[in-house]
Amino acid sequence: MGKYVLKRVLLMFFTFFVIVTISFLLIRLLPRELPQDKNLRDVIVARWEALGYNKPLLTQYWIYLKGIFTKWDFGTSWYIQFREPAWNVLMSRLLPTVLVNLYSFILSVPLGIAFGIYAAIKKNKWQDQFISTMVMLFVSVPSYVYAFLVQYIFYFKLGVLPLTVYSLADAGGSWWTGKMFVSMIAPILALSFGQIAGLTRFTRAELTETLTSDYMLLARTKGLTRSQATTRHALKNAMVPILPMIIGTFIGILAGSMVIEQIFSIPGVGQLYIKSINLFDYDIFMIDTIFYTFIGLLAGIINDISYGFIDPRIRMGSRK
Amino acid sequence: MNNADYNNIPKDKFVLVNAGQRLTDKKFEDKPIGYFRDAWIRFRKNKGSIVAAIIILLIVLYAFLTPLFITTHSATFLDAYYAKKPARLMSLAKAGMSDGTVTRTFAEGGLVKALGIGVAAEDWTGTGKVTIAQGKESYYQPMKKITEGTLTAEIKGAKPKMVYQNCKIETYLEVGFMYKSVEQSEYARIREWEEQTGLHVLYPLIAKNEYTQDVNDANYWYKTVKGNPVTTKSGTAVQVSLSDDLVLEDNYKRDENGDPVYYEYAGGGDHATAQYKVRVLYYNYYRYLNGFEPEYLFGTDSQGYDLALRLAGGLRLSLLLAVSISAINLVIGAIYGAIEGYYGGAVDLILERIADILYDVPFIVVVTLFQIHLASKVGPIPSLLFAFISTGWIGMAARTRTQFYRFKGQEYVLAARTLGAKDWRIIWKHIFPNSLGTIITSAVLVIPGVISTESMLSYLGIVKLGNSTTTSLGTLLSDAAGIWTNYPHLLLYPALVLSLLMICFNLFGNGLRDAFNPSLRGVED
Repeated sequence: MGKYVLKRVLLMFFTFFVIVTISFLLIRLLPRELPQDKNLRDVIVARWEALGYNKPLLTQYWIYLKGIFTKWDFGTSWYIQFREPAWNVLMSRLLPTVLVNLYSFILSVPLGIAFGIYAAIKKNKWQDQFISTMVMLFVSVPSYVYAFLVQYIFYFKLGVLPLTVYSLADAGGSWWTGKMFVSMIAPILALSFGQIAGLTRFTRAELTETLTSDYMLLARTKGLTRSQATTRHALKNAMVPILPMIIGTFIGILAGSMVIEQIFSIPGVGQLYIKSINLFDYDIFMIDTIFYTFIGLLAGIINDISYGFIDPRIRMGSRK
Repeated sequence: MNNADYNNIPKDKFVLVNAGQRLTDKKFEDKPIGYFRDAWIRFRKNKGSIVAAIIILLIVLYAFLTPLFITTHSATFLDAYYAKKPARLMSLAKAGMSDGTVTRTFAEGGLVKALGIGVAAEDWTGTGKVTIAQGKESYYQPMKKITEGTLTAEIKGAKPKMVYQNCKIETYLEVGFMYKSVEQSEYARIREWEEQTGLHVLYPLIAKNEYTQDVNDANYWYKTVKGNPVTTKSGTAVQVSLSDDLVLEDNYKRDENGDPVYYEYAGGGDHATAQYKVRVLYYNYYRYLNGFEPEYLFGTDSQGYDLALRLAGGLRLSLLLAVSISAINLVIGAIYGAIEGYYGGAVDLILERIADILYDVPFIVVVTLFQIHLASKVGPIPSLLFAFISTGWIGMAARTRTQFYRFKGQEYVLAARTLGAKDWRIIWKHIFPNSLGTIITSAVLVIPGVISTESMLSYLGIVKLGNSTTTSLGTLLSDAAGIWTNYPHLLLYPALVLSLLMICFNLFGNGLRDAFNPSLRGVED
């Protein structure tokens, strides 16, 4: 197991390095736009000169890597937050993204699993058919359509929720206030529909498979009631693929959803990404790229490794 | 006992069995059921998928045939004054559908202004004698339904106001009058057109005095103080209240004889270029310009294009993009996966690593880089296509690879190889057809994925597809984003079509997957 994990981690870092290198070269090749303001332009040009932006590309990359490893310096934001280190800019955007997604995660995981289990137990009855139809609907429709629907119902018709998430100042200067939470309910709902539906479908598929397997028959034969057999045997085995998926989703929380952030104007990582492209703030674009790549890789690897931790059979298989 | 001599039977006693007949296998009485026929039989049983397929077909027909049915104007036809208007079809209006109306609440001043449009439209000669009741009967009357007014609750320091809730107003006619600058020759042409059709475009100009509410608003043609209609008969301005026999006191610009003035010289030199400032009834001006009344199946979009045509255009773009991406991914993925799966070993390992790395690049970053680097050179649509292809084939390759691992060790492959078949022949003739079902299914399921991703990207503005000739569903949605609470139809139709398309493609894809899975044969649950 240890060797397997080590191999996966090393491979992950290799992939990470390759992607970051390619992205860096492609982003540095982009034409850089300068602001109209003469003074600001001079300042920025001088800084770029000093930071080696005019040297050959590979030298620039070396400078960039050196900056990261020695000073944890990922470059500077020039337009979004003038001369603020890119790392700080990214970190300041992380909390809103994580909060909204975490709330949605907390809401959708139990609901998704519960619906899935219910549908699997009631397989082919009307309850299952109803849930499956709803799942089909909610999985297919893009998340921003729900976002509009949520806005329409809760803001336009009922008037109980605000149209967008409050800014920090409006909500009393903290992300943790009750007022802020209320304004976050709309995006949380919009995010959750799809997640609940996805998880329900997955849970139902896995559980129906385990429910029809031979060991369930054995469990019933040896005298367990149906509910006992389901909870002790079927559910436990069905969780093997479900748990890693949930863990993967949990990591994915950090990346958030660009569309939802845009619609509800959440000042998060996704919005930062869109802003960095529109404003040509390439150091921010770069760090956001690194961030997304890392999160994606991390989610993948943790998903794979957690399989091994949860299911002894897979752990045995990897020990060759 | 018959002691026959079996060893010496005479030759002529023997007769050949079936002599003169061709010996063949007995023919099957049924037609053989091939792979695709088998799949079709199973697909047919799935009612949901059939319905989904029909809806997809209808949406595709809509996307491609709408431009043929809307004959009056094309997708590039633009009228900025009729932007964001709801659906309006004359044929359906009588049934109360698509009549271009919205329900709104009016204060008395606003109600008089809206009613006044109909009144003024009846009075093209500027007599100032048309009553509200006559105006209500006008063809150009935007107020379609007026409810009883109620007084607002008493607020300290303010007079209670009359409020009319749930009034229905026709938004095309609500545009009413506006000032236009036309050349003298054009003015003559409009007059000529008026003669021919009996419709009226040109209306008297409005005087500028203390009773003018807004010099740029051509709908305040009556005397007002603070937006409320007044009468000056007694010498001072007295506010009048709304009733059916009320005659609003006009504020038309009149010459020394008391006749209303229809144009004002606004500049320019000779006969042809002299500019006239005129006041037109926009509804009829539109008819004069285009030769038809404004009719829009889904209303107009945020800029004033026909939403039905723009939507069809966006759908066409999405569908064509998705289908071509799916086809290209299929080819690349199938070849790549076949090579990986068939040869295995080191080839597989290296090719897999390459695919892995490509797969792990966040798609959003790929799209962005392609857009920034290529969009100015080859256009946004090809660069979007490249972005989708650059990582999209990997899923297809992985599926093909798995299928090849499943089948390449089978005996019939060994047999083919023993008989001297070349690698290429084994790959395409013997193994590939077995993985066809899986591959077709995933190729179909790529389509909704591409459509939804494309609309998301254009919604976010990462891919900029909106211009006068092309648009995409995402662009339509993002145009609607800030203003849809006031103009719900802008959001409703694109979102509805998009959602329907997604749902149906997923249902259809699932049906296809089950149909191509022979192990489900006979499993009826």
